[in-house]
Amino acid sequence: MLKLIARRLALLPLILLTVAAITFALTEISPFDPVDAYVGAESGVTPERKAEIAHAWGFDQPLYERFGRWVANVAQGDLGTSVVAGGQPVASEIAARASASIALVGGALVLVLLGGLVFGVLAAALRGTFFDWLVRTLCYFNTAAPSFWVGLLALYVFSIELDWLPAGGTSDPRAGESGGIDPSHLILPMVVLAMTQYAWFTLFVRNTLLEVMREEHVRFARAQGIGEVAVLLRYALPNALIPFVTLVGTHLSELIGGTILVEAIFGWPGLGGLTLDAALSEDIPLLVGITLCASVLVVLGNLLADVLYRVMDPRVREAAT
Amino acid sequence: MSAGSALGSSLPLGGRLRQRLGDAARHWPVSTRVAAGVLAALVVVALLADVIAPLDDTAIDLDRVLEGPSAAHPMGTDEVGRDLLVRVLHGVRISLGIAVLAALGAVAVGVLVGVLAGTMGGRADAIVMRVTDVFASQNHLLFGILLLVLFRPALGGAGAVMLAIGLTHWPTLTRIVRGELMSLRERPFVAAAVGGGASRWRLARRHYLPHLLPAVGLAFVLTVPHAIFHESAYSFLGLGLPAHQASLGNILNDGQRSLLAGGWWIALFAGIAILAAAMTIGTIAEYWREHLHPRWRSELEL
Repeated sequence: MLKLIARRLALLPLILLTVAAITFALTEISPFDPVDAYVGAESGVTPERKAEIAHAWGFDQPLYERFGRWVANVAQGDLGTSVVAGGQPVASEIAARASASIALVGGALVLVLLGGLVFGVLAAALRGTFFDWLVRTLCYFNTAAPSFWVGLLALYVFSIELDWLPAGGTSDPRAGESGGIDPSHLILPMVVLAMTQYAWFTLFVRNTLLEVMREEHVRFARAQGIGEVAVLLRYALPNALIPFVTLVGTHLSELIGGTILVEAIFGWPGLGGLTLDAALSEDIPLLVGITLCASVLVVLGNLLADVLYRVMDPRVREAAT
Repeated sequence: MSAGSALGSSLPLGGRLRQRLGDAARHWPVSTRVAAGVLAALVVVALLADVIAPLDDTAIDLDRVLEGPSAAHPMGTDEVGRDLLVRVLHGVRISLGIAVLAALGAVAVGVLVGVLAGTMGGRADAIVMRVTDVFASQNHLLFGILLLVLFRPALGGAGAVMLAIGLTHWPTLTRIVRGELMSLRERPFVAAAVGGGASRWRLARRHYLPHLLPAVGLAFVLTVPHAIFHESAYSFLGLGLPAHQASLGNILNDGQRSLLAGGWWIALFAGIAILAAAMTIGTIAEYWREHLHPRWRSELEL
């Protein structure tokens, strides 16, 4: 187990280097000029001044030198400075926004797991009934409906029309600068973010459960006269859960995309909002920094999934050794 | 051309296609038929949008700002008094067009890389596939946004959106094509063809292509709903098409602003158009998938 973790963590720098090389190559190919983005449309900037700025940032040095220096900086945790956000270091900018996103994603993850588990098990237990049909139809509808559209409708219905929940931000602006997150502000974005993944998980639980129900040990339990509910929960569910847990790790990447849209709709000041700000003001160092951080998260999520898989399923453990 | 297909080829192309579609449709389940009907309507609307109701982005009517659905404006009007139905019709045209082109781009890149990896083999194959894995592990939306920002100045909104979708969605295609090539190479009929002295060209055309085409076609169709979603997401965020263009994402963006003024219909109808396009294509692709490879489900899960 430790060997697996060590080996996978050793691969992490290699993966990050590949991501870095790809993004670096893309910025080189693109005609995007960071100096122009910095000085903006102001016509008063002379070419000489532009060259000076380029020199100050090292844009005039040869390609391999810049890439090497950048990689060395990143390795030390220095992701560069955010060009447009007033020269703030990218890393601290990202760290400052992370907590709001963690609250959002964490809450959504709990909702997805609970909701997916409850409705998935119910649909499997009541397979072929109206309830099963309803869950499957809703899930199908949910996978096709864009999350930001669902978010907009939820915003309209619950915040504007019914006025049950606040429309955006982390806390009531009238409450002053407390900096905390008001739970009532968290509910809507959290539920909408959960809905982006919820259908997938529910259908997955339902289908794996039905598959496991056909296996020998389940039939044996039934033959022993154990009740149907006990068979489902004690004999089938644990086996169906194994692949389910690993999904959480692999679906982290999808949740990252979801936060960008959800935070944009609800004005949530997390990493998704930061991504949008960076994109709208064409802040490439910040965007690249966020991309690298997301890659780290995805790799760690996959690693977590693999470790959990080994912990939970002795067969995988045996096969690996 | 062999004698067996001579009868088919004597019919004009349109007739032949209609005959084949008609034959196939007889076995379609109701859901697939409904989806095909709705999708056909959407495509007709998309193709004929200019004839049905020409779009004028500047047709501002400040007397009719944010009116709800009525007989004169079945979907209501937007925040500057433009008829929403006309804009949604054109939105379907723009978004569907961009999505199809973007999906074609993704398929082209994916197939190219897949064929390269599948035919080179060995270490080169391993390296290409590891790089593909890195691409695949990037979040589509996030990586697409980076591409959009980098290439929008050069390619314009629509071009950058197509590039962003194309360069994020290709790894699935690569895996499918490479996997198919790997398994085809081991099949007896390929060995027989090689033994019989078939040229590389003949091998590719007669033995590889007929197996690859349906898989690639299906993957293309499955990519289109994703492309629709991404186009509308980018435009919704204000990073995609120019704000005045009536793409479904831009209309949703307008809709978000109008929500606070009580204008729910803009977001609702634009979203329904996206939903209709994504669901119909998804339903048809689903049927095709079951039909083509009953045991294949997880592999093509995009």
